[in-house]
Amino acid sequence: MSDMRPETETELAEIVAGLAAPVRIVGGGTRGVPGPETALHVSGLQGIELYEPGALTLVAKAGTSVSEIETALAAEGQRLAFEPMDHRGLLGTTGEQTIGGVVAANVSGPRRVQAGACRDFLLGVRYVDGTGQVIKNGGRVMKNVTGYDLVKLMAGSWGTLGVLSEVSFKVLPQPEVTETLMVAVPDVTQAVQAMSAALSSPFEVSGAAYDPAEGHVMLRIEGFTESVQYRAAQMIHVVAGFGVVTRIGAAEAMWAGVRDVAAFHGVEGDVWRISVKPTDAPEVAEALQADGLVFDWGGGLIWARVPAGTDLRSRVGSLRGHATLVRADQATRDVQPMFHPEPAPLAAITQGLRTRFDPRGLFNPGLMG
Amino acid sequence: MEMPIPNPAVLARKARVVDRLLSVLPKDAVIHEEAETRAYECDALTAYKCPPMLAVLPSTTQEVSDVLRICHEEGVPVVPRGSGTSLAGGALPTADCAILGVARMNDVLDTDYENRIIRVQSGRTNLSVTGAVEEEDFFYAPDPSSQLACAIAGNIAMNSGGAHCLKYGVTTNNLLGVTMVMMDGTVVEIGGAHLDAGGLDLLGVICGSEGQLGVVTEATLRILRKPEGARPVLIAFDDNEVAGHCVSDIIKSGILPVAIEFMDTLCIKACENFAHAGYPDCNALLIVEVEGSEAEIDSQLAKIIEIAKRHNPVELRESQSAEESAKIWLGRKSAFGAMGQMNDYMCLDGTIPVSALPLVLRRINELSEQYGLPVGNVFHAGDGNMHPLILFDANMPGDLELCEEFGAEILKLCVDVGGCLTGEHGVGVEKRDLMLHQYTAEDLEAQMAIKDVFDPVWLLNPAKVFPLSVSQDRRVAQVAAQ
Repeated sequence: MSDMRPETETELAEIVAGLAAPVRIVGGGTRGVPGPETALHVSGLQGIELYEPGALTLVAKAGTSVSEIETALAAEGQRLAFEPMDHRGLLGTTGEQTIGGVVAANVSGPRRVQAGACRDFLLGVRYVDGTGQVIKNGGRVMKNVTGYDLVKLMAGSWGTLGVLSEVSFKVLPQPEVTETLMVAVPDVTQAVQAMSAALSSPFEVSGAAYDPAEGHVMLRIEGFTESVQYRAAQMIHVVAGFGVVTRIGAAEAMWAGVRDVAAFHGVEGDVWRISVKPTDAPEVAEALQADGLVFDWGGGLIWARVPAGTDLRSRVGSLRGHATLVRADQATRDVQPMFHPEPAPLAAITQGLRTRFDPRGLFNPGLMG
Repeated sequence: MEMPIPNPAVLARKARVVDRLLSVLPKDAVIHEEAETRAYECDALTAYKCPPMLAVLPSTTQEVSDVLRICHEEGVPVVPRGSGTSLAGGALPTADCAILGVARMNDVLDTDYENRIIRVQSGRTNLSVTGAVEEEDFFYAPDPSSQLACAIAGNIAMNSGGAHCLKYGVTTNNLLGVTMVMMDGTVVEIGGAHLDAGGLDLLGVICGSEGQLGVVTEATLRILRKPEGARPVLIAFDDNEVAGHCVSDIIKSGILPVAIEFMDTLCIKACENFAHAGYPDCNALLIVEVEGSEAEIDSQLAKIIEIAKRHNPVELRESQSAEESAKIWLGRKSAFGAMGQMNDYMCLDGTIPVSALPLVLRRINELSEQYGLPVGNVFHAGDGNMHPLILFDANMPGDLELCEEFGAEILKLCVDVGGCLTGEHGVGVEKRDLMLHQYTAEDLEAQMAIKDVFDPVWLLNPAKVFPLSVSQDRRVAQVAAQ
């Protein structure tokens, strides 16, 4: 069967209702999601449906490109505060990122520690379930507890529960200025301590990352000019005991590099993403025996580069968190599931939900257990 | 309020169920005498009352598991209860149910400042979570007005918000992990101390599921360092709609206050009598609070005042002291209680897009005249979460019904302008029958499918959230299976 490219939600629903075999759901195809050969492309569902800067809300069809949305927001001095990661450099993929793909993968950047994840900014969804039924949940207001929160469930479900057709977001103003402090720190343990000190201060850090190759902790402070000047000065006192502190300005490219794991672009090896309690990071990092490491979220997010085919999960044993295989060749993917295996009762719930939402097993089979 | 007919087969088994519960719980943790079960006949939605068949007060996750396993085997519906402060009837019993109260589970299990988390038993009150970390200058951000009494269990069930969630988010944004007991007694761990879910975001769907998917016994919560300082400014207007425009302009300007609260004449007077906060005499009052160092507060308030002045406020006043700030907030957080001294009231919490504030306030006033019932408005204006308080007299025949009809009109209006029925209180029984105004039957079917997975026999809080007509087949199947 050839690929399908609906242009409206109605067409999408008709196509799903008529599916006879499983499909791989594709937004912009930038995130390297494995799956059946036949693709169901959502990028034809185009356009910003509503944007109210005064209410900090934006509604867009799922296939709308991230760049179109970011351009529209920038024109009003606003942005997607969760800083969606761009996988293209890491995976060597091409194409346009779609907003539906951002939601399906729940991708969030360094600002996760302060502002929250994609799922925290997602106000509403419309999607087509496995029977071809259009379902809506949530809406476009910031507080909504009307019924179950399927909005969060759909975020990060990687297309396994339904095909997103429309998403709505809370957006935030762009800051007046950004300042970055770089702290020279020799090892992971001290780096996590420095980041914990920064994140536990009242000076509102919106990024806390560590690049062990460079031996630098990076701390980001954003807001109105006077406030940023004040907080940066205070922050220098907070972290001065950990190493030499340098102010390097907005450093936008560097933060984009943290977000997109630029350190591993074009470098051989499998790439894993490990989510842990920040103070567990040093011990976990050592057990990984990785060729390369990058730490974000104050140590709570570890990016690890290891030789192709490495069984990384066995190295960390009873990890209190989870490890996701982000980049690998097919041979590795055949033996290593992308997502961390769940304990039996949770795996049963996941399976139960998939069976309910997609009774014919059409959407991205094999992904997420 | 229509509730399902109690299942006679369950009522007939009461003695056996009590015996079995007494085999796993201490004697004083099983309440089954009629005089004593009455204490659990309602929550803060006092218009509806029904004593449960029995109530249990377990002290550990294991005891919760034993209770649920027994109730599962005996086909007894279970209504979980935190502190019973739900304004939506989330903990309203049915005559054949077991109330499962978590009030005895209130320990702090772990305080971890380095990772900025606290692990508590779910019966702990909201304010006492902050109380446990205050010494180190940390706090737990979600702050429902009932925070002195309400339990974390209930906060999770209803995904509670509060005045300060404009900046800090609601419960779901501050919850990292739970220990939860499923209806069959299985104990599951979801999430933990890490920031994102592995696999599907089950935590996201459990939060706000109104006790219908499982009983949360422990929770890992994010704690935050307290800001250096905070200061509210009072901005008084002679017109509701102008105040609404001012809110929208503040938000658009790029300043993100921690809270923007709104009160109208009726509420201002009631709260002033209660808290003596020195609220200006006006038709519409905004309390806007910002945080930071003294200098940061000054500069943010200067920006806010500049915006406010464009709307010709009748008075502008910054709080001059911590004591004055405390009074200003005491007044606001006591609003429901203060209004309750005037008459019986029904509190709604529909949410609307901020841009629709002026229109909705005008329409509520028109409806108030039409129904002949006064309305006080006090709400979280920054995120459009309204709290119209309709005053009525419960002793006057027909007044409650009239009030409910009026309330339903307001909630439908909220949905029609692009909002929702409930922003932070939950659906419970109160908004249950309005769900089809916001969602189609298919939308609700998708939500009920989730309950089917977590609680296949529909024993957990079964008569809430979904209109009885919509959930009927599932509930009937459960009773038939007895």
